[in-house]
Amino acid sequence: MAVVNVLEVIDIRLAFEGVIAVDGVSFEVGESELFAIIGPNGAGKTSIFNVLSGVYRPQQGTVRFNGDDLIGRRPHRIAALGLSRTFQNIELFSHLTVVDNLMLGRHNHMRYGPLSAFLWLGRARSEELKNRSAVEDVIDFLELEQWRRFPVGLLPYGVQKRVELGRALAMDPRLLLLDEPVAGMNVEETEDMARFILDVREELNIPMIMVEHDMGLVMDLADRVMVMDFGRPIRTGTPAEVQADPDVIRAYLGEQHRSVTT
Amino acid sequence: MDEFLQSLIRGLGTGSIYSLLALGFVIIYKSTQVISFAQPAFMLAGAVLVSYLAPVVSFFGAVLVAAVVIAVLALGVERTVLRPMVGKPVFVVAIITIGVDVVVRVVTNAFIGLDVRQVGDPWGLTTMSFLGAEVQQRYLVMIGTTAVVTTALFLFFRYSRIGLAMRAVAYDQEVALAQGISVGSVFALSWALAGGLAALAGVFVATGAGVDQQLWIVALKALPAIILGGLESLGGAVVGGLAVGIVESFFGTYQGDFAPWLGPNFALVAPYALMLLVLLVRPYGLFGKKEVERL
Repeated sequence: MAVVNVLEVIDIRLAFEGVIAVDGVSFEVGESELFAIIGPNGAGKTSIFNVLSGVYRPQQGTVRFNGDDLIGRRPHRIAALGLSRTFQNIELFSHLTVVDNLMLGRHNHMRYGPLSAFLWLGRARSEELKNRSAVEDVIDFLELEQWRRFPVGLLPYGVQKRVELGRALAMDPRLLLLDEPVAGMNVEETEDMARFILDVREELNIPMIMVEHDMGLVMDLADRVMVMDFGRPIRTGTPAEVQADPDVIRAYLGEQHRSVTT
Repeated sequence: MDEFLQSLIRGLGTGSIYSLLALGFVIIYKSTQVISFAQPAFMLAGAVLVSYLAPVVSFFGAVLVAAVVIAVLALGVERTVLRPMVGKPVFVVAIITIGVDVVVRVVTNAFIGLDVRQVGDPWGLTTMSFLGAEVQQRYLVMIGTTAVVTTALFLFFRYSRIGLAMRAVAYDQEVALAQGISVGSVFALSWALAGGLAALAGVFVATGAGVDQQLWIVALKALPAIILGGLESLGGAVVGGLAVGIVESFFGTYQGDFAPWLGPNFALVAPYALMLLVLLVRPYGLFGKKEVERL
């Protein structure tokens, strides 16, 4: 059986005026694969995410997502196709409650228009109820029950990160982009998040792309890793292959890391 | 006591008009960060439309049709005139809305001519007894309608997916886009809502008085209302509008007796004096956010 790819990225090139952010990047993500992108700061990892989600438009290259070409589509259309993301610095609606934030993730699962909203016709009500219960499933899944009614701005950092993951999951994504899911977390919070990421993969079967600096997490969780430096990919392979690659060690991991892992 | 109650009802009635207009300003400001000065024109156009339609489809039918037509007109203006300006400095966009206002008003004036047109409302200046005082029916209708409309709006923003999306866009457009929310649709809907509210306000101004070319000036009273309430607070817009109406009404009733040295017609200035006072104490309005950027 041929491997079905959820996402195919072919030869992306993105430049801002003279500065080349991403150059010659190609990769693919298989169904239920956890694909990691690592590299030093400024290597172009988040830029790739912004290309995928339609915030930046690359000068060259193709992005195919379940057969749909993504380049040139507006970000909200891409999100509606089932590509959801979390952000490097938490980007929640901090004055809204956890439930409201997650309900925003369900926006595209509801179709009723302004008129039925004002009249609160049967359709509006039944759609809200159905999606509210979908949100409850996510709350349950991520163990957010006790925070449900809190404005997210008041929650601890680690919980906010989890709410952001929850909002992305509430979209019922067909591909999930995680931008540094454990950045700034302590060991305990990191382990919690790792557990949730594994749950997403094993119970929900959602393929993921993860950008992360925590090498322990990346090497433990990822199926394959792409290493970037100055906008270019220098190696793509399994965690073991990548860790042994001399170019990767020179650019990113450092000599000491090799002596520890080998 | 009768005089007090009459003034209060009159103040709340005209205040309702200001509230509806102020709500339109605030809805557009919250989603697009632009103050739209096209509201007076939409208000005038709504009243004129009703004056033409009322003989055909009855007064209530005409109000409904006019609110929808003006909402669609406002939506069209947003799509064609303002959408290309997304991302341009808000000052430039605000000036463009003044242009829109002038164009719509000039066209509308052609349908008014030099007459005072009647909207055909069933209330006119008839009075009724209310808690022992004789008050004009139209003010009670204005208060009641505004209460229903604002309640519906608040429920809409609080509980519907679209209202939630509008609040999300007001907070952060890029993140809203990432949730699959069409920011363009939210902009368009904000304008449509503001247009519909302005049309309704226009009808209220015209009840008992008729429509002439000067009717739009009433809409300027919404400015002290939104400054009072704070530019990004819907509740503030309602409270601000009512406050302006009441202050105006009470000054009209009592200022001649208690402070004749302020001169006749000081009631017209009173809302602006109140606005200045509030600005001295709370520059961001009674319910506004502190870091709000002023034009």
